[in-house]
Amino acid sequence: MDLTGKSLFIANRGEIAVRVNRAAKALGMTVIQGHSEADADMLAVQLADSAIELGPPAANKSYLDIPRVVAAAREAGADAVHPGYGFLAENAGFAAAVETAGMIFVGPTAGTISRMGDKVAAREAAIDAKVPTSPGSDGRIEGVEEGLKVAANIGYPLMIKAAAGGGGRGIRVAETDDDLRKLIPQAQSEAAAAFGDGGLYIERMVRNARHVEVQILGDGSRAVHLFERECSLQRRRQKVWEEAPAACLSDASRARICEASVRMAEAVNYRGAGTLEFLYEPARDEFYFMEMNTRIQVEHPVTEMITGVDLVQEMIRIAFGEPLRLAQDDVTMDGHAIEVRVNAEDPSNNFMPFPGIVGAMTVPENTRFDTMLYEGYVIPPFYDSLLGKLIVHGADRDAAMDAMQTALDDFRIEGLKTTLPLFRALVRDADIRAGEATTSYLETWLESHEIDAA
Amino acid sequence: MAKQIQSPLPGTFYRKPAPEEPNFVEDGASITVGDTIGLVEVMKTFHEVKAEVAGNNARFQIENEAPVMAGAVLLEMD
Repeated sequence: MDLTGKSLFIANRGEIAVRVNRAAKALGMTVIQGHSEADADMLAVQLADSAIELGPPAANKSYLDIPRVVAAAREAGADAVHPGYGFLAENAGFAAAVETAGMIFVGPTAGTISRMGDKVAAREAAIDAKVPTSPGSDGRIEGVEEGLKVAANIGYPLMIKAAAGGGGRGIRVAETDDDLRKLIPQAQSEAAAAFGDGGLYIERMVRNARHVEVQILGDGSRAVHLFERECSLQRRRQKVWEEAPAACLSDASRARICEASVRMAEAVNYRGAGTLEFLYEPARDEFYFMEMNTRIQVEHPVTEMITGVDLVQEMIRIAFGEPLRLAQDDVTMDGHAIEVRVNAEDPSNNFMPFPGIVGAMTVPENTRFDTMLYEGYVIPPFYDSLLGKLIVHGADRDAAMDAMQTALDDFRIEGLKTTLPLFRALVRDADIRAGEATTSYLETWLESHEIDAA
Repeated sequence: MAKQIQSPLPGTFYRKPAPEEPNFVEDGASITVGDTIGLVEVMKTFHEVKAEVAGNNARFQIENEAPVMAGAVLLEMD
């Protein structure tokens, strides 16, 4: 399909706006960049063919203002709207409003977004597609008595989760019946306040969990997987370091989880790029479906590095109606890739945010750096702290770790405090080198390690 | 000269702990050292702004949810 001359409105900012811009340009498209007052000088605006101001710095008055974003895209004559990640990327109302306004939404249908956005409905879809889920309540629990019955079946420890939560929000751990009696009412009222929906469900707590997720591309009828990523290194349930493939999986386990993911994507007629997130319990060699993310993810580059597929270009092609270009056999895996998230945070001072002015930058050779930084750029304080993603590729995991260590040692960004010193320490950690880190590893590690500010 | 409380960080200033809750401090109130007078949200994290000096008749210079630069005067008092 020839997309030359078609126009794409980017309803996002930061590094992902730059990433989407490059994909669109590679397809010959014209790019219109939406931005807040605080983002007029961001890199994605400079790279775009034209730019439109959406509103004041606060995201709820600019990037999250659905009528304003849709009106700006229409006014600019956009053929399609790319939501990036975060902001409105998984907002069914936005997807519907874009389509109602006569434009293409680069992502799944509004119906898929709202179905997968409800954690209980997503879990039910997983069960229907025979995708393994952790033992738990089948659907919402009504109160303490039902919770106690479920707990008697699955055992402690268990997690109480908010049906409308996500990204680690609204989760509580119960070790005993007494905990459960106390936590269910608390969780109910908190979920009602935070998400406008007090619905809860219960799941078994997975021991020594690894975060494994499968990348999917679908065209609404057929889907393929692009293997998996491992993102076990997390702080406050935010990923900081991602790899592809997951070193903890055997070939047989990999085939099992990837095939299950394709099954689910096809069962829900998935369209676009999506990710199924699982917890993997090594001792049982079992996967438990957690959620499906209906957008391009921050860590998509590690998948691109091992498969050679440009996921953002593919999702744009699919959105314009092109059938999936890949058969499953076309997707092959080469070597190992690692990504670290360079955030404007000071790891030697409790990860205090550090919006500042970017000084001289030396980006290491033989790496990919997806970023919105340029020398002299003043980082606005109003948005998240992600500055860019440093990605390396090696023939195997050891080679990729070596490449990451070299790259981190060569990387210089003056003028800012960043998380680079954290990664210089992590890349030298024996357990991480050995591929042994679980989802709780980094939090524990941080309690016993001081990080040099250098 | 009026005493001032400045924002220690750039970001978004909030006068209340949550949208449906009352202000930390009302205009005209007296302030003692250590009182929280507001929050600054910087890169999605919230930091309390505490008074380092005491004073009377607080007069806010910045509206709730307005963007602020580091050093911006949030409040004046006598």
